[in-house]
Amino acid sequence: MSTLGVAAPPRPAGVRLLRRRLLDRVMSALLLIVTVLLLLLLAVIVGYIVVRGASAINFDFFVQLPKPVGAVGGGVANALLGTVELILLASCLGVPIGILGGVYLAEFGDNPVADLVSFMADVLAGIPSIVIGIFAYAVVVIPMHRFSALAGGFALGILMVPIIMRTSVGILRLVPATLREASLALGASERATILRVVLPAATGGIVTGVMLAIARVAGETAPLLFTAFGNEYWQFSVDKATAALPLQIFQYAISPYADWQAKAWAGSLVLIVLVVLTSLMARLATRNASVGLGRQR
Amino acid sequence: MSAWGGNAEVAPAASDVTGDAAVIQQTTERLVNIAVPAGQRLGATGATRVAAKRVNVYYGRFRAIRDIDLDMPDRSITAIIGPSGSGKSTFLRCINRMNDLIANARVEGQILVDGADVNQSSDVVAIRARVGMVFQRPNPFPKSIFDNVAYGARLHGVPGRRINELVEKSLRQAALWDEVKDKLKQSAYSLSGGQQQRLCIARCIAVEPEVILMDEPCSALDPIATLRIEELMIALKERYTIIIVTHNMQQAARVSDVTAVFMFGDDRAGELVEVGQTNQVFTRPGDHRTEAYITGRLG
Repeated sequence: MSTLGVAAPPRPAGVRLLRRRLLDRVMSALLLIVTVLLLLLLAVIVGYIVVRGASAINFDFFVQLPKPVGAVGGGVANALLGTVELILLASCLGVPIGILGGVYLAEFGDNPVADLVSFMADVLAGIPSIVIGIFAYAVVVIPMHRFSALAGGFALGILMVPIIMRTSVGILRLVPATLREASLALGASERATILRVVLPAATGGIVTGVMLAIARVAGETAPLLFTAFGNEYWQFSVDKATAALPLQIFQYAISPYADWQAKAWAGSLVLIVLVVLTSLMARLATRNASVGLGRQR
Repeated sequence: MSAWGGNAEVAPAASDVTGDAAVIQQTTERLVNIAVPAGQRLGATGATRVAAKRVNVYYGRFRAIRDIDLDMPDRSITAIIGPSGSGKSTFLRCINRMNDLIANARVEGQILVDGADVNQSSDVVAIRARVGMVFQRPNPFPKSIFDNVAYGARLHGVPGRRINELVEKSLRQAALWDEVKDKLKQSAYSLSGGQQQRLCIARCIAVEPEVILMDEPCSALDPIATLRIEELMIALKERYTIIIVTHNMQQAARVSDVTAVFMFGDDRAGELVEVGQTNQVFTRPGDHRTEAYITGRLG
């Protein structure tokens, strides 16, 4: 701080104290304002969606198929199922690769190959999701000659990998080296140490990372446009074109019909609630799983 | 870990016992009582269990310890004392090959445990099962008290039906059983610092080692917790060969049978300057550097 710099002429102690208190007040107030603004922004978004979406939500919305234009009622049941299906498929790809990659980087990351992997993960995280969609189109949709939930899950899975990898590396590096030493000194192999001490200690953080990735991809629309494609009907085969909530929202939102637009708002609300619920469940499930990184003495 | 071994600038952890005048009075008496017979107890040390022959450790091009020759007797406590940076912890970590974990560390010379050179063995897991280690700061796993103690035994394939019995036996030997028997399922982090350190000792004992290495086991503990660990060490030497690195010379004088003094030379490499029966090293040191260190003029 320039005001407290060594070159400043000595001031009476009272003045210095006053300045310091004033600065403290100003900074505290500033931080408070920024925090409130941030929360306000979130509240406005969520609030607006609730207001616009709540009116179109009813029981039918969750259990019925979409109806054609003009027909009253109808729902997005197939899209809800499709989104859950896509997330499960994506997780099959993204979760193991992400976590294993994270373990590799955190535990064996002191070499050029790991540096390359780390760099690639960063690049992957920066690739626009629509490009990932095109990639999935090229390697899954074209060889299969049709759109499918598999292709959509593949695209979303790729999107999940760098997110899960990054958060896993971060949390695994927080596991104190003293725990690894303790395990190794007891005659545990490196494998046993990672599986029985390091990963359990990091479980909470890793699950949070997975949830973050799920929340991120649950709302992805672009990579699904030419992979999962969307569907007006029930589709229980993973190798067929499948409805998804974001696709349904997209279709409804760009339509000129007030009824459909209301359904788009309702779909958005359901999507947000789904994401929040998933996060909450993960928190509850892992609250006691890692007995407290950072709580060690 | 730093190349300089233990740096003991650590704030004391939570106390086992709240400050109570009677307890402190009692503690002081016990401390004095341990200190006095210690001199008489010495001299009865067994055959050599662990022997170092011309051990050198390098970190890259830096030589951390030079030509250490040291015999550590069976069923007794060998204390290694000396100033920071004299290679005490580095030497200790040679015995269970923990220096393997440091990328650029290189160990030369022989470390014989029961006559077999640990550096020649391909089975580092077996060595660490025979040579246990207790660290400077208590480092229990983020698991239950029971699972902490059972961890090593489960790894080494002790059958499930024996685990309960082994956990109880180890906790009793570590003088912790009575305090934790009703809360074995609770997190190890619910224990105080001193209890955590005794838990770490129990965890080490549960693997049924022959030698226990202790790297400044009390430096993060308050005096009362320290006293309990010292009493425990004296009880444990009936069964185990204990080698302890300590910055606390009173501790070395109180608990050990043999004391080895490390100092660093002009090139900062740690050397053994003196080794002998503890009472002799402390009352009639043979090396002027030992005398200077013990009396506080050095280090």
